[in-house]
Amino acid sequence: MAKRNNIWANIDWVLILIFLLLVFMGWLNIYAAVYNEEFQSIFDTSQRYGKQLIWIGAALVIGFIILLTDTNFFVFFSYIFYGFLILLLFLVLFFGREINGAKSWFIIGGFGFQPSEFMKFATGLVLARYMSTFGFKIHKIKSLAVISAIIFAPIVLILLQNDTGSALVYFSFVLVLYREGLSGIVLFFGFLIAVLFVLALIVSNLTLGLILLAAVLLVYLIFSTKQHRVTRVFLIYAISLGLFFILNFILNDKFEVSVVIAASSILGSLVVMYLSISKRLVNYGLISLIFLGSVLFTFSVDYAFDNLLEPHHQVRINELLRIESNPQGAGYHVNQSKIAIGSGGVLGKGYLNGTQTKFDFVPEQSTDFIFCTVGEEWGFAGTTTVIILFLFLLTRLVWLAERQRSGFSRIYGYSVAVILFFHFMVNIGMTIGLMPVIGIPLPFFSYGGSSLWSFTILLFIFIRLDASRLEQF
Amino acid sequence: MNVYSKRKFVIIAVFVVIGLIFIVSLFRLQVLDSAYKQYATNNVLREEVQFAARGLIYDRKGKLLVYNKTAYDLKITPQDVGQFDTLLFCSLLEISKEDLEVGIQKAKKYSWYKPSTLVKQISPESFAVLKEQLYKFEGFHTQSRTLREYSSSAAAHALGYVGEVGSRDIERDNYYKSGDYIGISGIEKTYEKQLRGVKGTKKNLVDVHNRVQGSYRNGQEDIPAQVGKNITSTLDLDLQLYAEQLFQNKRGSVVAIEPLTGEVLAMVSAPAYNPTLLVGRVRGNNYSKLVSDSLMPLFNRSLQAKYPPGSTFKVINTLIGLQEQSINLNTRFACFGKGTTPIRCTHDHGSPVGVVEAIRESCNPFLWNTFRSILYKYESSAEGFNAWRSYVESFGIGKNLSSDFPNGLKGDLPSESDYNKIYGEGHWNALTVRSLAIGQGELGVTPLQMANYAAIIANRGFYYEPHIIKEVKNDTISSSFETKNIVPINKVHFEPIIEGMLQSVALNLAVLVKIPEIEMCGKTGTVENNQGSDHSVFMAFAPKENPKIALFVYVENGVWGSRYAAPMASLMVEKYLTGSIATKRKWIEKRMLDANLLNPNQPK
Repeated sequence: MAKRNNIWANIDWVLILIFLLLVFMGWLNIYAAVYNEEFQSIFDTSQRYGKQLIWIGAALVIGFIILLTDTNFFVFFSYIFYGFLILLLFLVLFFGREINGAKSWFIIGGFGFQPSEFMKFATGLVLARYMSTFGFKIHKIKSLAVISAIIFAPIVLILLQNDTGSALVYFSFVLVLYREGLSGIVLFFGFLIAVLFVLALIVSNLTLGLILLAAVLLVYLIFSTKQHRVTRVFLIYAISLGLFFILNFILNDKFEVSVVIAASSILGSLVVMYLSISKRLVNYGLISLIFLGSVLFTFSVDYAFDNLLEPHHQVRINELLRIESNPQGAGYHVNQSKIAIGSGGVLGKGYLNGTQTKFDFVPEQSTDFIFCTVGEEWGFAGTTTVIILFLFLLTRLVWLAERQRSGFSRIYGYSVAVILFFHFMVNIGMTIGLMPVIGIPLPFFSYGGSSLWSFTILLFIFIRLDASRLEQF
Repeated sequence: MNVYSKRKFVIIAVFVVIGLIFIVSLFRLQVLDSAYKQYATNNVLREEVQFAARGLIYDRKGKLLVYNKTAYDLKITPQDVGQFDTLLFCSLLEISKEDLEVGIQKAKKYSWYKPSTLVKQISPESFAVLKEQLYKFEGFHTQSRTLREYSSSAAAHALGYVGEVGSRDIERDNYYKSGDYIGISGIEKTYEKQLRGVKGTKKNLVDVHNRVQGSYRNGQEDIPAQVGKNITSTLDLDLQLYAEQLFQNKRGSVVAIEPLTGEVLAMVSAPAYNPTLLVGRVRGNNYSKLVSDSLMPLFNRSLQAKYPPGSTFKVINTLIGLQEQSINLNTRFACFGKGTTPIRCTHDHGSPVGVVEAIRESCNPFLWNTFRSILYKYESSAEGFNAWRSYVESFGIGKNLSSDFPNGLKGDLPSESDYNKIYGEGHWNALTVRSLAIGQGELGVTPLQMANYAAIIANRGFYYEPHIIKEVKNDTISSSFETKNIVPINKVHFEPIIEGMLQSVALNLAVLVKIPEIEMCGKTGTVENNQGSDHSVFMAFAPKENPKIALFVYVENGVWGSRYAAPMASLMVEKYLTGSIATKRKWIEKRMLDANLLNPNQPK
C-alpha cells in the first residue's frame, strides 16, 4: 500500500496534464473538421468526434491500467511484446485490409487496428532493454548489428505494407543511439546524405559535381598547413580531369560533361586516397573518401529516384522540392492545406467557422491534416500554442529521461521523445509545405483509435517508469 | 554512460530549432502573407452567373415584335460524372455518341472541377423529357437561358439577331464571358447595351467537389440579374408586313419614314429571311445556308445597297437650280424628244418645258440644261461642281445617315478629286459629268438616304436623322434624333417641284398609282441596268399637305418606275394612311403580289 501511494506521489502530473490538453484540443478540432450541421451533437458516436471520444475514454483506461502495472512487467515482457507485434506485422501482410494504398490494417468487427502503430513502443522497450544490459558497448560490431536488426525488422515489414510514412518513423531512433554514445559522424553522414539527396534532385549533376569538387578543394585549402600537399592534390584532380576530357574528345564526346567530371573525380580521389594511405596522411584520404562517396551517391540518387521509388512518392518529393507544380495535382493537398492555415490569420476564423476545412477542401482533415483546422480556426495563436505545447512535452521528456537512474528508463524515455518528435516534425512540416506528404498522424491530435492508443501506451509506460525512478532495478 | 549526457542539449536544440522553424514559417504563412486569405475565398465561393432576359421589342403601336422563350443548357462537371447509360443520354438529347465523347473531352480539358456547357439550347419540350431522367446522370445539371422568339417573320433585317459572343467581343468588353449572347445585327446590335440587361451573380458556398453547400451569407451578396430594357421601335408592324408581302418574289428595298420626326415606319430588304431561322441550335446551319443563298437574303439592301437614284434625282437638281437662280419659274428649255443632245428624252411631252412640267414629265433635256447652268454659273466647272455637290450633301447623300442602324453605308457621291483622277484636272466639265443631271453615273445612294431625301421634300427643306427607335424604357434616346437639319434651299422653291410631283401621280400615273382622296406626290425613276431588265424606282410622300409618310421604293429588274415601284408605293401609302386598300384598287394589289421578278432576264 505504501509503495502504491509512493507511485501516485511520484507521477509527473505535468506530463499527464500536457497529454490531456493535447487530447482535448485534438478532439475539439476533430469536431470542427468534420462538423456538419446535420449531426450537431458532439457526442454523436456515428461521427468521428463521437468515436474519438470513445477512443479517448479507452485511452484513459489504458493509461490508468499502465500506471497500476509493475514496472518490471515492461522490462520482462519487452521481447514478448516485440516478438508478438513483429508477428502481427507479418500477418497483416497476408490478412490485412488495404486502406489508402497501405496494407497495414486488421479489421476486426468493424474496428481497425494498425499493428505498426503499436510496434513503436515495443521497439522502444526492446532497445531500452538491450542497450541497458550490463557491459553493453555501442561501438561493438555485435551491438550495432543487434540494434540494426531491432530497428530494421519493423522498417522492412512496414515498407512491405507500403506504408512508407510509418516506416520512416523508426529512423528517429538514431537520435536515441546518438544520446547513448553513437558517434556524431553517423548523424553527420545521415544529414549529408539527406542534403545530397535533395540537391541531386534539384540541381543538375553537372552543377552538383562542380560544387562538390570546389567544396573539397576548399576544405583542403582551409585545413591543410602544408601548401605543397594541397598543390599536389589540386594537380592530381586537374590531371585526372584533363585526361578524361581528352579521352571523351577522342571518343567524339560520347559522354556528357557531368559523367566526365564524375569519372575524373573518382580517379582523382582514388589516387589521393592511395597516396595518403601510403604516406599515412589519414585526413587527406578521408576527405577524398567523403568526396568520392558524395559523387557516387549523387549519381545513384537519380537512378534510385527514377527506378526504386513509387510514382506517388516521386511526385510528392518533386512537389516538395517544387520541381513540378500542379495546384490541382499532387501538390493539391499541400496547397489546400497551406491555404487553410494561411487563411487563419493571427487569431483564426473562430471555432467551427473554418470554411476550408468545413467544405472538404483539405484532404484527411481529421487525421493527417488536423493541423489545418487548428491553423484556420485558431490562427497563428493556435498553431504556436500547439507547437509550444509539443516542444514543452518533448523537452520535458528529455529532462525526465535524464533524471532516470536506470539505463532502461532513460533509453525508453528518449525513444518516446524522438518518436513523438518525428511525428511532430513530419506532420506539421507536411501541412505547411516544409516536408513531403507522408501520411503520419499528429500525436494525440489526429483522429484514430490505433494511433491515439499507441501514443498513450508509449507515453504512459514512460510516466510509469518515471514514477518508479527512485527504485533500483 | 553519463559522459554522453551533455548530448541532451544537442537533442533539445534539434527539437527547438525545428519548432522555431515551424513558428517562423507559420508566422509568414498566417500573419505576413495575405495571398492565402484571398485563395481561401476563391476556393469556397463559386460565383454562378444569373443570366438576364433580353428586353422586349415593340412596334410603334405597342405590338410585340420580339420576346423571349426559355431554353436550357446542359452543363457537365467531369469530376462528378459517374457511370451512365450513354445510349439513353444521347437519345434524350438527340445527339450522336461521337458528339457526346468530343463534348466530354472538351469539358475535361476546360476543367475537371468546374461545370462547362455540353449541349446548348435544349428546347422546353426536350427539356421536359430530359428533366424526368436527369437524376440518372450524375455530374450533369441544366441552366436556363433565354432565346429570342418573334411574333411574325417581319423585319428580320431591322431587328437583327442574337448569337454567342466571339473572342473579339470579349476582348472589347469585359462584360462578356464565353457563352454569353450578344446582338449581332440590327436593333439587337445597336441597342445591345440597353437590351442585354445586367447579368447577376449568385455566390454559393461549395466544397472541393464543387457541390453547392448553400448560399453565401444567406444571399446578402448576391446580385440579381437585371432584365434588359424594353424598346419601342418606330416600325409599324402592319405596314412592314404589307411591304414585305408586296415584295414577295422580288428583289429590292423600301424605306418609309415619317417626315416630321425621321422615324422609320418600314424598312424592307427583299428577299428577307425568317428571323426564327437564326435562333437556337439550328442557327449555325441556317446561317451558312443563308450566306450561300444566291439571292443574298442576309444582305440588307435598305442600308447597304448603293443604287443609282435615276430620275428621282431630278428633283434635287431642279431645287439646286432654283436656289442658285440658274433657272427660275419662267425658265423654259426646249425638248426634242429622242433627238435631243447631249441627253435624249425618253418621254413624250410638249416643248418647251418649265419646272413643273419637267418634274411631271421627267424631262432629261431640261435637267441637263439646268445642271449645266448651275455648273457654268461659276468660273470653273470644278467650282460649280463643288457648289452643286455641297447642296447634294446637305440632303444626306454621301453621308452615313444610319445613326442607329449598324453597318450602314455612306454611299457614293463623287468629289472634285475623283473626277480629277479620272479625267485630269481641268479636263472635265458639265458635259463630261452630265449623267449626274439625271441621277446616273458615279452616284450610289442607299434606300435609307433616298427615303430621307423624300422626307426632306415632304418637309419642304428639313429632316430629322432617320432612326428606328422611338423609346427605350427608363432610358433616353440619342439627342441627334431631335436635331432639325435644314437644307440650304429656300422653302418657296419646293412648291413648284411638289406640284410637279403631284401632277406626275395625278395625271401621268392616274391608273395604277393615284390613291382616291389622297394627294400623293411622287417621282418615278428607271435605272439603266446592263445586266438585265432596268430597275424600277419611285420616291413619294403623302398627303401633299402635312405629309405623314415619305418613302422610297426600289424594285430590281422592275423595268420602269411606273410599272412596279410606283404602284407598290401607292399601295403602302394607302394602307398606312387609310388602313386598307380601296376595293377598286384590289386588282392592282393582286398584280403586284403576283409579280415574280426574280429572274433578272425576264422580257422587258
